[in-house]
Amino acid sequence: MVMDFEIGLFGRKRRIRAVDNVSLGIGRGEIYGLVGESGSGKSTIGRITLRLYKPTSGKVFFDGRDITNLSENRLRELRRKMQLIPQDPYSAINPAQTIGEALAEPLIVHEKMSRLEALEKAYKALEEVGLVPPDEFIKRRPYELSGGQLQRVVIARAMLLGPSYVVADEPTSNLDASIRASIIKLLLDFKNRYNLSMLFITHDIALISLIANRIGVLYLGQLVEEGPAEKVVSSPLHPYTKALLTATPLASEELEIEKIYLKGEIGDPSNPPKGCRLHPRCPFALEKCRSLEPPTINVGGNRFVKCWLYS
Amino acid sequence: MSTVLIVKDLWVKYFTSSGVINAVSGVSFSLSRGEMLAVVGESGSGKSTLGYALLNMVPKPGRIVKGEILLDGVNILKLSEEELRKIRGSKISIVFQDPFTTLDPLRKIRDQFMEFLMEHGIDKNNALKIAREYIEAVGLTERVLDSYPHQLSGGQKQRVSIAMAISLNPSVVVADEPTTALDVVVQKQIMDLISDIKRRYSSSFILITHDLALALERADSVMVMYGGYVMEMANKNELAKNMAHPYTKALFESLPRIKQRTLPKYLTGYPPDLRNPPPGCIFHPRCPFASEKCRIMKPELVEISKGHFVACHFAR
Repeated sequence: MVMDFEIGLFGRKRRIRAVDNVSLGIGRGEIYGLVGESGSGKSTIGRITLRLYKPTSGKVFFDGRDITNLSENRLRELRRKMQLIPQDPYSAINPAQTIGEALAEPLIVHEKMSRLEALEKAYKALEEVGLVPPDEFIKRRPYELSGGQLQRVVIARAMLLGPSYVVADEPTSNLDASIRASIIKLLLDFKNRYNLSMLFITHDIALISLIANRIGVLYLGQLVEEGPAEKVVSSPLHPYTKALLTATPLASEELEIEKIYLKGEIGDPSNPPKGCRLHPRCPFALEKCRSLEPPTINVGGNRFVKCWLYS
Repeated sequence: MSTVLIVKDLWVKYFTSSGVINAVSGVSFSLSRGEMLAVVGESGSGKSTLGYALLNMVPKPGRIVKGEILLDGVNILKLSEEELRKIRGSKISIVFQDPFTTLDPLRKIRDQFMEFLMEHGIDKNNALKIAREYIEAVGLTERVLDSYPHQLSGGQKQRVSIAMAISLNPSVVVADEPTTALDVVVQKQIMDLISDIKRRYSSSFILITHDLALALERADSVMVMYGGYVMEMANKNELAKNMAHPYTKALFESLPRIKQRTLPKYLTGYPPDLRNPPPGCIFHPRCPFASEKCRIMKPELVEISKGHFVACHFAR
């Protein structure tokens, strides 16, 4: 898939290729961890898979069906099967609604339930996500709940219509570290129960390695490495993956990996470096890296890396 | 080892229309020259309020209600607003998570930096010289001086903030989550810069962070806060080896460990309502070891070994 944005406020527009020729596939019951920093295009990819954006080029297949060019009407029915859990729970729930109303709404709208039925389901949903007793929460408003509690409500709402695919976009980054694992555990419980497919977007490579089946590492809109989670983390191939692990406190001591330090910063997505996008920062940059974009190389074991060092 | 900062029994409250928020409750610590103290805490810990209090700039409706803050021997809580303006930036400075809190988006870096220096009595020529010197000291080129903040990357903006914060050689620099908004590779670069500055200029740092791993990696000493209280305080190595408080342990155990291949542990429950805090130990509702005593009696901060303080009835 390719996603181009045109941006520009006063006058001259710039084109930003947020996503450059990314292909990925997620199987049933599989968790795909998409790792990248801000500006990598990871959130854009998540939204494209949900058809919240239409890609500039490329295709999106859901359950074997090409949904790339579906109209909003056709998509609406499918949307029940695809859900998004965003980073900030306070922006995800209407602050003017009560928790009960926020949970009942999708049931009334999509399943045509009566208010009474929907509220009953809402009570059950609160119990399922550990917000007990449900009475305590049903009449409250979002600002009265802590970040962790509200994220549970967001997850409860996402699961109400029985989705088969969930995009979790940095679902725990805004939450206290001491409770993150409880939210991840909740997501895993749902995933196992309903055999969900999940795209888990994060900048935290250490956390995602513990739950993902597969990891894709994104840099400036391109997938630079992809493979089984455990392998990517214990024997990273791409210099960027190595640099991410080196820079993560604790991780670099835990793993016996070559420590890599990148100089400079991620650079301008509207004007990325020629050749390999990492070359200005990469300690291993060869002459050809400066002018030729590396191909995606299959190194076996279902592992792929986009780097001239492996050709 | 000379002491540059002593905080004694500090209490800060916010007087809001929905009640009084007890943000900082009885915090005491001292900081030596060239030392980095990490103040570690999560939502509602009081760590950011503590940071503002150190510059006597707690935002309304907050107020420091009790305590002393001795900076180079002077109690800054007794200074006039004019005297405070003189020492902010020159004796104690602050670097924020969001560089736009420090940097004016509408002016070039050179103009802002020089104005800041001239406001502190530096003449125009010297101000330009100092600005150049410190921009270089933080690893940037002079071109940055000609730029507007929006033309700089996150890391560059933060380097500029740090340059301004150290340019008058303050005794203490407060860094409030200085790297949280930056990507992890740049975080490392900025923390390396801070460590380098600490060494070169013997500046003392107070690193406010939610990241215990970062604190253990970079700081000399660590103070863990919860609900406005100090739970534990020790030298970094001592803390890493002999973590005593259940909350500190819980924070440590919540860090993802790649080799373990299992999810990290987590705390149940939620941060306390600081308008209506629980009786006894502020942490007891979430503590796996809480007993009847914990529900009734607030634990004092006790020195369990040299320099290692814990506020817990069962830490020994």
